[in-house]
Amino acid sequence: MKIEARDLGWRNIVRGVSCEIRPGETFGLIGPNGSGKSTLLKLLAGLMPRAAGEVRLDDVPLGQLTRRQVAQRIAMVEQFADTGEALSVRDAVELGRTPWLSPLSPFGPEDTRIVDEALAAVDMTGMTKRPWSTLSGGERQRIHIARALAQQPRALILDEPTNHLDIHHQLALLGLVAALPVTVVMALHDLNQAMMCDRLGVMSEGRMVACGAPSDVLTPDTLGRIFRVRAMPMTDPEDGSTLFRFLPMEEPR
Amino acid sequence: MTRRAALVALTLPVLPRVGLGAVLLALAVLAGVIVGETALPLRLVGDVLAVKLWGAERALDPIDAGILWSYRLPRTLVAAACGAGLALSGVVLQALVRNALADPYLLGVSAGAGAGAVSVALLGIGGGAIGLSAGAFGGATAAFVLVALLARAAGGGPAQLVLAGIAGSQLFNALTSFLIAKSANAEQARGLMFWLLGNLSGVRWPDVTMALPVVGAGFLVCLAHVRPLDAFSFGSGAAAALGIAVRRVQLVLIAAVTLMTATLVSLVGSIGFVGLVIPHAVRLLVGPRHARLVPASALAGAIFLIAADIASRVLIPGQVVPIGVVTALVGAPGFALILIRNRRRA
Repeated sequence: MKIEARDLGWRNIVRGVSCEIRPGETFGLIGPNGSGKSTLLKLLAGLMPRAAGEVRLDDVPLGQLTRRQVAQRIAMVEQFADTGEALSVRDAVELGRTPWLSPLSPFGPEDTRIVDEALAAVDMTGMTKRPWSTLSGGERQRIHIARALAQQPRALILDEPTNHLDIHHQLALLGLVAALPVTVVMALHDLNQAMMCDRLGVMSEGRMVACGAPSDVLTPDTLGRIFRVRAMPMTDPEDGSTLFRFLPMEEPR
Repeated sequence: MTRRAALVALTLPVLPRVGLGAVLLALAVLAGVIVGETALPLRLVGDVLAVKLWGAERALDPIDAGILWSYRLPRTLVAAACGAGLALSGVVLQALVRNALADPYLLGVSAGAGAGAVSVALLGIGGGAIGLSAGAFGGATAAFVLVALLARAAGGGPAQLVLAGIAGSQLFNALTSFLIAKSANAEQARGLMFWLLGNLSGVRWPDVTMALPVVGAGFLVCLAHVRPLDAFSFGSGAAAALGIAVRRVQLVLIAAVTLMTATLVSLVGSIGFVGLVIPHAVRLLVGPRHARLVPASALAGAIFLIAADIASRVLIPGQVVPIGVVTALVGAPGFALILIRNRRRA
């Protein structure tokens, strides 16, 4: 699905952001803390009240869709979503079917299959009966992703999905997300992980200051200006890909 | 699937459970009708029902039949409606505000309804049962809005909500006491205080025709919203991301809860702890999903309050203990258990 944002704004947190996210691409959003990444993601999912500007999903203005229709197109995984209910892993993932169910189309065998697939995709098949309260932060994050997958969206919006995950599950998750046949927009903190996105948008003080292929966007100059670090690009001798080593900025003398 | 096939697929698997629930409820009502200061024979129940509902001709003891038909039966039915309504209110409030301690009593809704009903009764605005209910609804709405605003102004956390509820309860209870002290004569004051503690003694058939439709409608509203209620598990933001029209659902459900609470308070006074303890106990039995929690809580609430009413009649021979006292005696330890369990989970 194509997502177009035109002049998106929310208070002073996000200011006049326009961008076009292409069908099927993995779009990374990077930027320092407080640069407006999370708010921009919520704006794209239509979850912020009183937003300025417009979002179009495959050329349909988001404002013309009901909440339910939006949820059939976009799944969102926020940071820090937690519950005090004694839900099981399966209960939590089944919630993802909500936008597709109604009193006259109740949860059926097809929904069970979709939930099973989503659980398998995040490697949680054997833990479906575990109560939520016993899960680690990383396991909870994987369940949130599974819930989003069970929603069968055409676009997946993820706010720092690799937070709380150990390195194995970070790589597994990014591999999974990249292989999904849907559009993905995600905020990322690890700039080396951001290199694997198709395109990147760089947020700074509420504005999108750069947008393009990772190699064009992640230059030592941009990294110095926006992230206030000295970035040394290095080449992996094995496959020739570029990595960054980050050093503190040299103080001006 | 066609609509019809879908309906069949939806209802068929739950029929045995619905049947079991109906049987349990019928047994509880039966117990509520025959147990009391004068125990009535079981046979009388069948006879009275045959006479009243089918116009059969039976020789009846007019006094026993009168007790059964005019006092015990309406009283038991209102107790059932009341228990179901309060338990449903607890389920809905706990899900919407994501707070294990939410219930109409603790959030001040009952106190607001009481204040509203007392002002109508004493100041003579409106009149009759409808006027009382309308006053209670106004008071309950005012209390809910006040508590919600106060909790939000205080930072919106779970502790703030409970504290705001306490403040709201105290305020509206004080208002009630003030009104009673100012406007009621000694006779009225005694009656009102007794009613406020929760009292089913005065219940007659007209009360049944108020309580049953309101609680029945509230139950259907809750049943129609079991998926949205589930979707609130991870907060209102997550519910919106799952396609729930958050504002509309909150408005509809809170209106249903306020209407049920107000109607029940105006009929039988404010009965505490049912909305708090029953949903938690039922969660332990059927789990947190609302498709089961909503009907099971309604049933458990109804049975619990019938039992509490029986206890209130037989606990002290020759005297009726206010039913609110009975529910508090059972509910307060239950409340303590919830607090301890919550602490362990955190």
